[in-house]
Amino acid sequence: MAVDLKMPALSPTMEEGKLARWLVKEGDTVRSGDILAEIETDKATMEFEAVDEGTIGKILVPEGTEGVKVGAVIAVIEGEDGDAAPAPAPAAAPAAPEPEAPVARKADTGTTQLVTDAKPAQDAAIPFGTNMQTITVRDALRDAMAEEMRRDGRVFVMGEEVAEYQGAYKVTQGLLEEFGPRRVIDTPITEYGFAGIGTGAAMGGLRPVIEFMTFNFAMQAIDHIINSAAKTNYMSGGQMRCPVVFRGPNGAASRVGAQHSQNYASWYAHVPGLVVIAPYDASDAKGLLKAAIRSEDPVVFLENELVYGRSFELPELDDHVLPIGKARIVREGSDVTIVSYSIGVGLALQAAEELAGEGIDAEVIDLRTLRPLDREAILTSLAKTNRVVVAEEGWPVCSIASEVIAICMEDGFDDLDAPVLRVCNEDVPLPYAANLEKAALIDVPRIVATVKKVCNR
Amino acid sequence: MLRGSCAYNPARISRPRGTDLVKPAKPTKTAAKRAPKPTRAATQPVAAPPAAAKPVAAKPAAAKPAAPKRTARAKPAAQSIAAQSPTAKPALIETLADDENFALRSLQQTHAAAPRYAASDEELLHFDEPMVLIRRVEEKAGQLYGLGLIGGFCHLYIGQEAVAVGLQSALVGGKDTVITGYRDHGHMLAYGIDPKIIMSELTGRQSGISHGKGGSMHMFSVDHGFYGGHGIVGAQVSLGAGLAFAHKYRDDGGVCLAYFGDGAANQGQVYESFNMASLWKLPIVFVIENNGYAMGTAVKRSSAETHFYRRGTAFRIPGMDVNGMDVLEVRQAAEVALDHVRKGNGPVLLELNTYRYRGHSMSDPAKYRSREEVQEMREKHDPIEGAKTELLARGVAEDKIKEIDKRIRGLVSEAADFAESSPQPDPSELYTDVLVERY
Repeated sequence: MAVDLKMPALSPTMEEGKLARWLVKEGDTVRSGDILAEIETDKATMEFEAVDEGTIGKILVPEGTEGVKVGAVIAVIEGEDGDAAPAPAPAAAPAAPEPEAPVARKADTGTTQLVTDAKPAQDAAIPFGTNMQTITVRDALRDAMAEEMRRDGRVFVMGEEVAEYQGAYKVTQGLLEEFGPRRVIDTPITEYGFAGIGTGAAMGGLRPVIEFMTFNFAMQAIDHIINSAAKTNYMSGGQMRCPVVFRGPNGAASRVGAQHSQNYASWYAHVPGLVVIAPYDASDAKGLLKAAIRSEDPVVFLENELVYGRSFELPELDDHVLPIGKARIVREGSDVTIVSYSIGVGLALQAAEELAGEGIDAEVIDLRTLRPLDREAILTSLAKTNRVVVAEEGWPVCSIASEVIAICMEDGFDDLDAPVLRVCNEDVPLPYAANLEKAALIDVPRIVATVKKVCNR
Repeated sequence: MLRGSCAYNPARISRPRGTDLVKPAKPTKTAAKRAPKPTRAATQPVAAPPAAAKPVAAKPAAAKPAAPKRTARAKPAAQSIAAQSPTAKPALIETLADDENFALRSLQQTHAAAPRYAASDEELLHFDEPMVLIRRVEEKAGQLYGLGLIGGFCHLYIGQEAVAVGLQSALVGGKDTVITGYRDHGHMLAYGIDPKIIMSELTGRQSGISHGKGGSMHMFSVDHGFYGGHGIVGAQVSLGAGLAFAHKYRDDGGVCLAYFGDGAANQGQVYESFNMASLWKLPIVFVIENNGYAMGTAVKRSSAETHFYRRGTAFRIPGMDVNGMDVLEVRQAAEVALDHVRKGNGPVLLELNTYRYRGHSMSDPAKYRSREEVQEMREKHDPIEGAKTELLARGVAEDKIKEIDKRIRGLVSEAADFAESSPQPDPSELYTDVLVERY
């Protein structure tokens, strides 16, 4: 009997991939473990092995095809009896509904609801008429590091798998080749240790960029981030600086459970002495990472794994550096302000589009820097719209949302026409099961509903 | 309970170093005064395996005589070292004999062969002076604490002076770097930092080295290559590895000296740092100041391996076991260690066996050790008295030594007066130096 070969999911975030190369042809006999094809994911090129034995029947997806959805039938293996007729097309195969099913199930997980197609309006700080290119957030971050490394010999990158592996999330891809092992340094799995070494190297006059594979693992190192890096300048009366950048993905990832899915923004934003940045799009990722590396202060730079592969417009400028501590209006509006940051910005923009269809004109603010927080931008928008909702992919208690609400109460009370509300993740550790994950995470409908509430609609 | 069980073993301090490795070093006049102890290694006579007996005579460099680990671990505190037979031969193990490239104790042997720095009379006086300065400043700090002029925690360095002075005297100013924990006043004074600004920081004044915002545990002088002053136990070890990383990255020839205590030696990040420092051959000397107690917990109650100089073995870091109460032995150990590190061989681990006379901090009632133990150390092993005795024995005029003491007393009371009469920080200092830049 024939077995369908389906496009495999080779990473937690993969939804589609490129079928780069077939290593077998129709009529070949394959055994379990034989390599059938090479598939390019968003992170790497992977080999696809046979599980079943048999003969390759029809190859349905030719090599070189891009955007093959996970779960789509790419070939058919005939069983030993060879009785199955070559499948003319996936639709005709008896198992035709099946390939659809995994796709549908995957689309149903929580993190897919976090990724939207909404694009922010162009940054007003970019000169009118600047040529734009399309680039992924991942490449924008890599280019930021590469440009700063070319500019300043003191800058180096250190972390787990940043060099030979080319980055666990491919963010440091190509840096080893250009800058060599002196400046692109693989560490052992030893977060506390290398965070301390990075901090000490910054005290000693270098400009370290310390990559945490994810910020979940930075918990092992948070002592150095807070007690060593953040407090040094103050405790030394301004003598001893610590210009280090701690960067890596932060926030919920896809189906990896509670220990690998957490937003630490409010943890770091709580600490005087740190700068905390959490960009959303490629332009901010690049411009702010360059600013972070140049800063004399210790910076926690929170990226988001689910956004790495997304493409945005990036201005073609020789030296694209953006100001730290400045929020950005990513959508102008007059009825209500939605404040967000990082991956929440996409959700807020999507919600704003839906609200526009219902006659509510929402302004969306991307905080970009979480410490120091741009109070003025929040309050100015509040004065204009008189209503604020905070959307945050993270827990609600003692969150960035809590802080924004406090600012509105303290300094914007007279401008408020409704209570400031927050839309966050549920106040539970992130579960693994797809349906529970979906229920736990913030989504567009929740933002829309909350905005309507503050607009009395 | 602790008194009889040898909670801390002063014998380690007075034992002529290296007796279990090579022939005993000739006792100097100073050393002769002290109670001679044969060894600390073997806790009971163990019949040496016949096969293992050979290499010691034939290949001392490759063999590593020591007590079998199981024996040492099983009964760490049970036996008095003093009670054992001085003729008991140390048992032998050959854990490293198969790897001639790495000899954990090669530096120990170099050190044991000539344990004491050949100081001229003038040099010895130069070592004596900062030791006396540290002692007097710390005594004064203790007084000011009692008067309420110094607040919070205040960890005095009294008793340990020879360590900072002996090691830092071997460093190259403007090139090398130093980092330590919260017991930091002594290291700053040993580095020639003005006692006035130290005393001002201790009393929380604007004229303090951190404008009064750091306090006793958080003092820094980047100009002197002194990088703190860190209050989190063990953090300075990773940070020090970072300073060493910067030396190597810049290829500036500098070495970092990272001090930590026997307590910090049990922190996990210390070993993470050992691993990377050795892996990357960072120019760093790890200095364990073993004063016998992590706060109130005796070494033997906290550490499975109490021979701290062996703690780098798993990372191929050579260790040295040093009498931290003898400034000349400390200085000589520094020479050996720095020579090794400066040649690009990677880190060295020094264990300095020392003792603090005062409590862990000013608020420590020191119930965990006996008055006699402290008294014994003060009377028989004091580093300053040791240096003075040696100076007199060499024929240096007593007046010269007294003159130093007198000058330092003046300096210290001047520093205390300066601090007391200095203003507190301006209230506006509250908000300065949180961040360097404005955003």
